[in-house]
Amino acid sequence: MSAISELSSISRRKGPATPEEKRANRRDNKAAYIFLLPWLIGLVAITVGPMIMSLYLSFTDYNLLQPPEWVGLDNFTRMLGDARLHNSLRVTFTYVLVGVPLQLAVALLIALVLDKGLRGLPFYRSIFYLPSLLGGSVAVAILWKQIFGTSGLVNQVLAMFGITGPGWISDPSTSLGSIILLHVWTFGSPMIIFLAGLRQIPNMYYEAAEVDGATTLQKFWRITLPMLSPIIFFNLVLQIIGSFQSFTQAFIVSGGNGGPSDSTMFFTLYLYQKGFGQFDMGYASAMAWFLLVIIGAFTAINFIASKYWVFYDD
Amino acid sequence: MTELQTKPAPEKVPSAGEKTKGKGSKGGSRKRESRGTLAFSRSARIKALAKHAVLILTGGIMIYPLLWMVVSSLRPNDLIFREPGLWLNSLEMGNYVDGWSALTHPFGHYMLNSAVVVIGSILGNLISCSMAAYAFARLQFSGKKLFFGVMLLTIMLPFHVIIVPQYILFSQIGWVNTFWPLIVPKLLATDAFFVFLMVQFIRGIPKELDEAARIDGAGHPRIFLRVILPLMVPALATTTIFTFIWTWNDFFGALIYLTDPEMFTVPVALRAFVDSQSATSWGSLFAMSIVSLLPVFLVFLFGQRFLIKGIATTGIK
Repeated sequence: MSAISELSSISRRKGPATPEEKRANRRDNKAAYIFLLPWLIGLVAITVGPMIMSLYLSFTDYNLLQPPEWVGLDNFTRMLGDARLHNSLRVTFTYVLVGVPLQLAVALLIALVLDKGLRGLPFYRSIFYLPSLLGGSVAVAILWKQIFGTSGLVNQVLAMFGITGPGWISDPSTSLGSIILLHVWTFGSPMIIFLAGLRQIPNMYYEAAEVDGATTLQKFWRITLPMLSPIIFFNLVLQIIGSFQSFTQAFIVSGGNGGPSDSTMFFTLYLYQKGFGQFDMGYASAMAWFLLVIIGAFTAINFIASKYWVFYDD
Repeated sequence: MTELQTKPAPEKVPSAGEKTKGKGSKGGSRKRESRGTLAFSRSARIKALAKHAVLILTGGIMIYPLLWMVVSSLRPNDLIFREPGLWLNSLEMGNYVDGWSALTHPFGHYMLNSAVVVIGSILGNLISCSMAAYAFARLQFSGKKLFFGVMLLTIMLPFHVIIVPQYILFSQIGWVNTFWPLIVPKLLATDAFFVFLMVQFIRGIPKELDEAARIDGAGHPRIFLRVILPLMVPALATTTIFTFIWTWNDFFGALIYLTDPEMFTVPVALRAFVDSQSATSWGSLFAMSIVSLLPVFLVFLFGQRFLIKGIATTGIK
């Protein structure tokens, strides 16, 4: 179904070649590499080359003007003592660890309500899906900046009930929450993946459960959730990887400075400031590799933990 | 499954009435044809009604800010901070006129820039990704497994890890403040997600068709162009639509590579607008935000089928 299951099946599949594989052993190396040429060039020049280059740069001091100067582990020891970086990690972790589960929970909940053959499903689905297409744009970030402003839409509505709301994005204690809400608002795409997953659950399981007199809640815990767990896992992995790289919303809402008082200084925002604001390219490269390691670690933990809760039907 | 079957008899035996009701709602939902024949019991109807209420409420809350932005863009500026409702007393087009010419260039200039990048990116993705996908899905070659695994891994690679050296590379070629850094990577199939999407699609095309063409003497280029490509139009459509939306919205790449206002795409132009106007003319800012969202909205309106299918089968964001 997904890139993720495909990847894990590649590592599993080992053993003698099947008859089909043997028959297909007539290779078309020349034709294949011609078809792959653009991708291969891209892999070397745009992806792997720059990755190696950035690994090298992370051990140097480099400002684009003078040639890179080898400084060993200097950038990494600097990161250890960089309080703003530690803060940006805290902000990013909060965003990921609160925003992703919250968004997926809403997506699953709405998908469950929508699944039961409700009249008007295509209409509802469109309404819920639209925000996830617009959510990454600068325009919506601008809208967010207004509605969560001191006299923005949210506070205007609250005022109708006699409540004086805080200046959501100008108050360090609520600013990150406003951006997390923007992430939750884009629950439409995981919702659609959930809907597709719900369709795959054979109806006979529910019929059998009904014969046994299972309640709705029991059916959810014993059938829906286990059957859907590969999809939940897939959504979780993708959303975590994506959320660690979130940039645009925090950048626009905070006016590019991660404020107020660094409360929306995402790791990526800090990386941008270091690399493209101060042209401290060595430090930015070290940060980028650190981000890669964090994302890799989270993904690995996800995969290991999945053995205990993800249920494969095959 | 087995757990359920071997489970001891249920503690709570539902009454006959409850049981048929449960089945009624289930049958109506999962098998459409039975909906007409089974009369909905009262509580099933209440349940459906409650669901509609929940959906309308959450859907309404989600969409309200967007509607409000549209309405506010048609209002005098001062009302934006006073009027949370959607009622319009008069249509005020002034915000659109002001916003259109608020920056160094008319807003249409930035939209044209965005259009160039979008078209280049779409063409790049269509050509390069379909070629790679054909090789992965249909050809046997040494290193296939390894390359395929690497391709899948690059889908998950954070952009930030390569951005610094990529920037250095492109700036040394003199490509900063050109559209090349935004288009050339697409020509080189770096959006591996689409390669994967197309591989999945090609695998679903019967191999007999290739064989038949091969017997007729067609080589790989002919099979690819004449057999596979025409059959994978849905996958190409999905790729086109997603590339359109992602490229149109792309902020980070444009922010880094386009610093000359002449070359701004829509997202960086809007950002410049926010910075220059800080809180004085939200009306025209909203107006241009809506102009910038309009193409995405139109694509969503007409391409929804492909979008939803694409997400459901590959799990694109």
